[in-house]
Amino acid sequence: MALASLAKRTYPLGFPHVWDRQAMQRFEGTSSYVAGDDLKIAVNAAVLLRRPLLVKGEPGTGKTVLAQEIADSIGAPLIEWNVKSTTRAQQGLYEYDAVARLRDGQLGDPRVHEIGNYIKRGKLWDAFTSPQLPVLLIDEIDKADIEFPNDLLQELDRMSFDVYETGERIAAQERPIVIITSNNEKELPDAFLRRCFFHYIKFPDRETMQAIIDVHFPGIQKLLVTKAMEIFYELREVPGLKKKPSTSELLDWLKLLLNEDMPIEVLQNRDPTRAIPPLHGALLKNEADVMLFERLAFMARRNG
Amino acid sequence: MFFNFLDELRAAGIPASIKEHLVLLEALDRDVIEATPEAFYYLSRAIFVKDEALLDRFDQVFAHVFKGIITDYGQAPVEIPEDWLKAIAERYFSEEEMEKIKALGSWDEIMETLKKRLEEQEKRHNGGNKWIGANGTSPFGNSGYNPEGIRIGGKSTHGRAIKVWEKREFANLDNQVELGTRNIKLALRRLRRFAREGAAEELDLDATIHGTARQGWLDIHMRPLRHNAVKVLLFLDVGGSMDPHVRLVEELFSAATAEFKNLEFFYFHNCLYEGVWKDNRRRFAERTPTWDILHKYGHDYKVVFVGDAAMSPYEVSHPGGSVEHFNEEAGAVWLHRVTSTYPATVWLNPVAERQWQYSASTKLIHEAMAGAMYPLTLSGLDGAMRELTRKKH
Repeated sequence: MALASLAKRTYPLGFPHVWDRQAMQRFEGTSSYVAGDDLKIAVNAAVLLRRPLLVKGEPGTGKTVLAQEIADSIGAPLIEWNVKSTTRAQQGLYEYDAVARLRDGQLGDPRVHEIGNYIKRGKLWDAFTSPQLPVLLIDEIDKADIEFPNDLLQELDRMSFDVYETGERIAAQERPIVIITSNNEKELPDAFLRRCFFHYIKFPDRETMQAIIDVHFPGIQKLLVTKAMEIFYELREVPGLKKKPSTSELLDWLKLLLNEDMPIEVLQNRDPTRAIPPLHGALLKNEADVMLFERLAFMARRNG
Repeated sequence: MFFNFLDELRAAGIPASIKEHLVLLEALDRDVIEATPEAFYYLSRAIFVKDEALLDRFDQVFAHVFKGIITDYGQAPVEIPEDWLKAIAERYFSEEEMEKIKALGSWDEIMETLKKRLEEQEKRHNGGNKWIGANGTSPFGNSGYNPEGIRIGGKSTHGRAIKVWEKREFANLDNQVELGTRNIKLALRRLRRFAREGAAEELDLDATIHGTARQGWLDIHMRPLRHNAVKVLLFLDVGGSMDPHVRLVEELFSAATAEFKNLEFFYFHNCLYEGVWKDNRRRFAERTPTWDILHKYGHDYKVVFVGDAAMSPYEVSHPGGSVEHFNEEAGAVWLHRVTSTYPATVWLNPVAERQWQYSASTKLIHEAMAGAMYPLTLSGLDGAMRELTRKKH
């Protein structure tokens, strides 16, 4: 593939942002976060071209942590905006507290003459005016109303917005790095998606999982991990589980196993009649799932 | 540059536009990636694909454009189960050959050899389409398949040796596949969304106070009601090959039952006639006359039929056509009554959409429903729900 030659050519596209800062560190994963090649490329592309990066994936695969890690690895402050079902796009820009002003007006407070006193800054405002280039995390954007992403289109595109009450214009000196996470509860509008890079964090395979565990528990017994992982992946395979355990659950479980000083034999000598793994509370978060397991164990006993 | 790639992506139904294309060029221009095919693959994937359901399709297009492999997307989307392939492999290779191949290497190599063998076979049996599986081992019956279109997905452990996009790791995220345990949650969400829409409005006190303070005059704000107003009648075809699918749909709707104002289940067999029942064990003892349903439930109910619509055409078109009893009026008449009483009516069909054309009764019912028949996939469900919400009454 002639990509090498192709990448060197220049195209008459000219995006005149501040972009001679090649010195900025590339994201290579960190000592506490394992990133695959695909994730690294998506992050680096988003950081370099300053377009929002939309991250999706199963819960517990490290979507939110990613923003923190990117911020750490390039040494930027992190501004978190946690979206809820009641969050409106305007709250990310600013809020004008008209009720407080009306009250102050009745009480004769002199503050009432300055409308700026009643404007509360939102996270986007903070990100745009941050003295140091920040990483802005818009967490779980799908929780909000369906119009929410559309309302942010212009602001994220131009990285500026107007404050109508004061006639001020807030514009970012340098486009902040924006990470957006979604749990797929709502579909995002096309126009919004077009402006983003996208990465789907797939559930890690065994090798990646091994690497993740090594990062979190250096020096943990190899045998214990191998056994625990076997049980873990078996558990994920069980059909009909309401909530499949994910990376964060595995890490919690390992922590518990280590804390309890669980002898390796308990994991090793697994007989099918005791299907429930020790300390299963960390892995199975649902009553129905535990019941399912007990039933499976019961059936194994009956057959055996 | 890469216009071909863009065209192919769009042809495969990935909503890529000039905007993404320019981003890709810009990224290449800025040397965002090292010049390796993998990096280019990851980069273009992050730019063009915005939905994990399309990742698999992207992988296929990428393989096609950058390697000249003929993909089978949309033409013959046949996935061959691995154990079936294994069985075939055992039939096509003699024991010594199997031993030799096993000694040689991995499962991938066996598959590769098998692929070649099948291709040769195809050439030899020029024109024949039943040459495989004619003995009854093929799950595809006599309809045959095209070995060129088969993608034999090997499980490689050598990592780099196999191209990442050929692993097709995202195959089970495609939204064209039928509903199953993996995507039932998503389906449920779509139903919930459907249930929330079309709700009445209530006074938004906070917004009204804010608006009034801001404007200086009474500024009333309304917001959609939090609870739901959607009422659903569900008719399920039972007693046939569709039972598992029907159960799935039943579970799906009952999981969403809290979201509906009212949800009623009824069963029928093959086609709707003068009676339906609520308990399948007492289907002959306790029948509800269909007339009663039409009279009892108002026309603002949304009606969902679930069934494969595959039967003898007479069961739809002629009086007395039913396989179970003598029906005085044809099924089509009853369907017509339902669609005229309830403008918002859809039929969910678990059978894959491309097979509908082969069944005369499916066509008849398709017509009777005025085209409102949808496959039982995520996108089909989406379409059906959209149809239901579009028609207010």
